[in-house]
Amino acid sequence: MKYVEEFRNPELAKKLIDRIHRRSTRPARLMEFCGGHTVAIFKHGLRQLLPPNIQMLSGPGCPVCVTSSADLDRAIALSQLPNVIITSFGDMIRVPGSYSSLRQARAEGSDIRIVYSAQDALYIASDNPDKSVIFIGIGFETTAPTVAATILQAEQERINNFYVLSLHKLCPPIMKTLLALGEVRLDGIICPGHVSAIIGSRPYQFIPDNYDIACVVSGFEPLDILLCIDMLVNQIETGRHEVEIAYRRGVKPEGNQPALELMGSVFEVSEADWRGIGVVPTSGLMLKKGYRQFDAGANFDINPGPSHEAKGCICGSILRGVSTPLDCKLFHNSCTPEHPVGPCMVSSEGSCATYYNYGDTDE
Amino acid sequence: MCLAIPALVKSIDGYQAEVDIDGVTRRVSIQLTPEVNVGDYVLLHTGYAISVIDEDEARETLELLKELSEAQ
Repeated sequence: MKYVEEFRNPELAKKLIDRIHRRSTRPARLMEFCGGHTVAIFKHGLRQLLPPNIQMLSGPGCPVCVTSSADLDRAIALSQLPNVIITSFGDMIRVPGSYSSLRQARAEGSDIRIVYSAQDALYIASDNPDKSVIFIGIGFETTAPTVAATILQAEQERINNFYVLSLHKLCPPIMKTLLALGEVRLDGIICPGHVSAIIGSRPYQFIPDNYDIACVVSGFEPLDILLCIDMLVNQIETGRHEVEIAYRRGVKPEGNQPALELMGSVFEVSEADWRGIGVVPTSGLMLKKGYRQFDAGANFDINPGPSHEAKGCICGSILRGVSTPLDCKLFHNSCTPEHPVGPCMVSSEGSCATYYNYGDTDE
Repeated sequence: MCLAIPALVKSIDGYQAEVDIDGVTRRVSIQLTPEVNVGDYVLLHTGYAISVIDEDEARETLELLKELSEAQ
């Protein structure tokens, strides 16, 4: 078993789709929280195969997309300091901030390098002891433990020119915020698979308890997603609201305890600034006092100036599930993957890029 | 961003492991999955194994999928 092809069996998929058609009788609005699910659903053409009473909405689960202009401006300002190397995951480089982007800053002379992992950034720091190497720490609970592990490694190896700008964000608190806003009515949530590999399925329990919404944690292969939708339909049709796991090979109800402990030893919960939503208390992670020496936010003086969003860009309301890319006047016109105006068109898992790349341009 | 792919653990050296990803070998960290053994598959995210894939659960899910697709 290699855990990929087995979960892409087209015959099984067809039968599951038939089963969902047979069993789904009520209108059901399902939100896939995670951008990775949005891409998988589009890439495998699942939306078109579902019964018309099932409506799929995309949520805010794209770390690049939810990074605020103000935080991007901070990253760009850091890149303009002397003797600094910025390291970042690839998509962040192209996202326009209020005045510029990291890519533009690089063209103007800043040293900005794309890395595959936080650990790669640490190796760059080790190789460049006369420079300050700042890692732009984006990502949810999936990524934060890897950054925590890297910070501990930096401490252990006494690499004192490595810093993290922690823009990490937490999923359950933002789900709570979105549901409390009440802008979108949902019947079911496809809960993120790899965030849940870390945090488990229990932190979502408030959703069925307080909002009567069905929750199922899903994997990312087509059969995983179809099983998840079948389980959601089953809950909705029988009037149940529970947290279930369709991705049992990767997710345990209790999550990954060593990863949670490691994350908790380096980070503490803080407020975070979400694009389109604003500053949400207890929805982010900052470095604990004992790790302040690695905190880029605490160790560099920058003044990025007032931030603003691109005119006409509705990424914010797309991230809240209130609008789709098709509601945006810029989509497919002035905003394309080659010339993105907003982050949802930049990130490979942003809703706008996904709608654009997989052809859903005229629903 | 939260992408994680299955990788087969070939050897372990402390908190580092050599994994095979569809024929490509890479050194990764297993600090977040200290329970992993050679021969296990892990979910690999940005150079770190974040979960050991449970083979029994995978088989049960495949069985469930077959049952569901055959049930009327």
